Amino acid sequence: MDTRISPNASFHTDAVKLTLLQSSGAVPLEAIPVLDYADFYDLLVERLANPECHCLTYYGFPWRNEIRCLACIADDTHHTVEVYAYALPKSDNLRLEAISEKIPAMHIFERELAENFGIDFFGHPWLKPVRLAWNRSDLSQTLRNYPFYAIDSESLHEVGVGPIHAGVIEPGHFRFICNGEEILHLEIQLGYQHRGVEHLFVQHKKLTQRTVLAESIAGDTAVGHTWAFAQVMEALMHLQPDETTELNRTLALELERMAIHTGDMSALFVDVAYQLGSAVLGVLRTPLINFFQQWCGNRFAKGLVRVGYSPYPLQPALAEQLDKMLIAYKARYLQMMEHALSLPSVQARFEKNGEVSLAQMQTIGAVGMAARMAGLARDIRISHPFGNFRQSPIATHLKEGGDVWARAHLRHDEILTSMQYLRDHLPKLQPAVQNIPTSYPALPAEHFALALTEGWRGEICHCAVTDQHGEIAHYKVKDPSMHNWLALALACRNLDISDFPVNNKSFNLSYCGFDL
Amino acid sequence: MIAEYKILRKHGWQFIPDVFAVTLPESYQQGRPIITELAVANEILQKAIENCPTGALSGQADALQIDLGACVFCGECQRICGSDKIKFTNDYQIATNAREGLVVRQGQHPPIRLQPDKIRKEIRSYFGGSLKLRQISAAGDNSAEWELNACSNPNFDMGRFGIEFLASPRHCDGIVITGPISQNMAEATQICYDAVPNPKIVVLAGTDAISGGIFAGSPALDRSFLDKYPIDLYVPGNPPHPLAFICGILDLMRSRKK
Repeated sequence: MDTRISPNASFHTDAVKLTLLQSSGAVPLEAIPVLDYADFYDLLVERLANPECHCLTYYGFPWRNEIRCLACIADDTHHTVEVYAYALPKSDNLRLEAISEKIPAMHIFERELAENFGIDFFGHPWLKPVRLAWNRSDLSQTLRNYPFYAIDSESLHEVGVGPIHAGVIEPGHFRFICNGEEILHLEIQLGYQHRGVEHLFVQHKKLTQRTVLAESIAGDTAVGHTWAFAQVMEALMHLQPDETTELNRTLALELERMAIHTGDMSALFVDVAYQLGSAVLGVLRTPLINFFQQWCGNRFAKGLVRVGYSPYPLQPALAEQLDKMLIAYKARYLQMMEHALSLPSVQARFEKNGEVSLAQMQTIGAVGMAARMAGLARDIRISHPFGNFRQSPIATHLKEGGDVWARAHLRHDEILTSMQYLRDHLPKLQPAVQNIPTSYPALPAEHFALALTEGWRGEICHCAVTDQHGEIAHYKVKDPSMHNWLALALACRNLDISDFPVNNKSFNLSYCGFDL
Repeated sequence: MIAEYKILRKHGWQFIPDVFAVTLPESYQQGRPIITELAVANEILQKAIENCPTGALSGQADALQIDLGACVFCGECQRICGSDKIKFTNDYQIATNAREGLVVRQGQHPPIRLQPDKIRKEIRSYFGGSLKLRQISAAGDNSAEWELNACSNPNFDMGRFGIEFLASPRHCDGIVITGPISQNMAEATQICYDAVPNPKIVVLAGTDAISGGIFAGSPALDRSFLDKYPIDLYVPGNPPHPLAFICGILDLMRSRKK
């Protein structure tokens, strides 16, 4: 179990065969035992009752004459991923007992399965379409007739916002039920960004196409998503990228985290009308993303991660420039932030605003920042280390308040920690050359592969299944926003509606990463 | 107050004085490409064409071309052919108002500019002094949206030219579309366009909007909106650089000062 790519033979425990992977790996599909749904149900309920376990992804795909469903469960204590499967016949009349009844965090995955395959999960509290995908099973479900929750009362009113919002941001619809200014309930309806990403991973046959596609899943998380894609391919191809490549990717991931967090802090100050803080942090983001421009030509690090190699290995001279830039950044950043966070006008808008509890985040299965800001320790860099985090761990931070203040402070801490990690590792870079592979090995037939990374929003999970010819038969992407949008809806309960924007920014979840 | 004054002093002026005269680092490889006449083995050219993710690179050995409206600026062709053959330069001024103006041909290296005769007359008479825009993210991947936001930050400071993104389409002079336009955003895009008073302009920002980019051919898209109206400006890029956007919009609004 100590090699990363070769995974992990299966073993028996309590008469149930488990397939175990680490932060990435590939196994023959037949090595994943197909359980009866009743056993699958019992096993998942048992495993997910353990707070150290959570569901990374749970999805279905057409396989021969059936629908094969896979659930990948992360075990943080043992640093493993367990894979469970069951099969369903293709039929119009599929009924299964919902796991969500016992494990509410599974709600979003069961909704997605219901949308894609028409499975009726009985006992599910809220079996609504997730993104109205082009290939959904029931085309009569549309954005127009989405069944919003409603309360029949003369003293309440509804506020609908979107899909197009006031600013330059992605589309989505927010439906508030309010009592005067107070939000009683917020329902978030997404799907406007649906581009058919998972289908395109199959339709596009060239590796360059698939890589560019991975960069475009969420353009603000190009490193996080492309690295997950690269790991899936490398696991299938049995490629082990060299240490330089792993270090380059790790540093890029942390620089991406810093850049986006800095931009998000700027956005938070906009929403509490602190113009100077917003302007200064907007300015401070510029050298960070301009460094990506120097490193790989693109301000969003598109092009930096490629399967099997590093097309732009960071050279010591450039690394030194980055170090100098970070020193200059740090002085300006701290000067601004120490002042901004001490201002009563900022504190008053951040503190106790949009609180969620640890128990709530545990219940909904929050990941990444949305988990850590409420005290829930979920960080793939720690629990399932990948890249350079295996040799050289990074510190993770936990906050307790679960409010905008906690989300702002978590960003602040993560910016400083990522910067320190970068500065500690930049001197280790040696002069390096591009090791472009002349060709790539064919993908093995009928394999399943999985890879995890921790992007700035949280855990990213990519899965692929190959067919009998070694072509990609199905590709599955899970952005952390899949778990976390519900956290925003919970945070907004009983707030004044004017506090919604700053809460929305404080989560900054992905629309396109969710809609795919 | 004093602390804030110190912060302001430390940062000083941040804006770029002349947006047309910036020299981006040589390593910026998202600008106008140059295709030289250098002879390169046919199999290498074929490999480059074959590997191009969006079919932006096409043609024969003596007449290669790159369509910047489809190019995702991945640099794969430059890597395969060598930068003596194909070189993406740091010339960020790549916006134009003619779709065919985005095609870069072998051996021809003119700068990419707007075609003045194709600029609709009402644009300069109505919008020469100020231009208010409604941005529509129609399945954009959020990198183009970040870059359009950056246009208004203190570095690029597009507001000084009278160009602004506003919330209500009723207050705007046109729309800026990012993203390949999903089926699920097609209706909202149309409603938003209809809500902008006449005369109005349409700008496509980013390769995804111009051609669908890597999403071209996806069954989840509905790009029929683009067949109905004239497009006044194309700003290529993955995502478009803020300077490419600002220079393109300025050239649309007014002639450059000599």
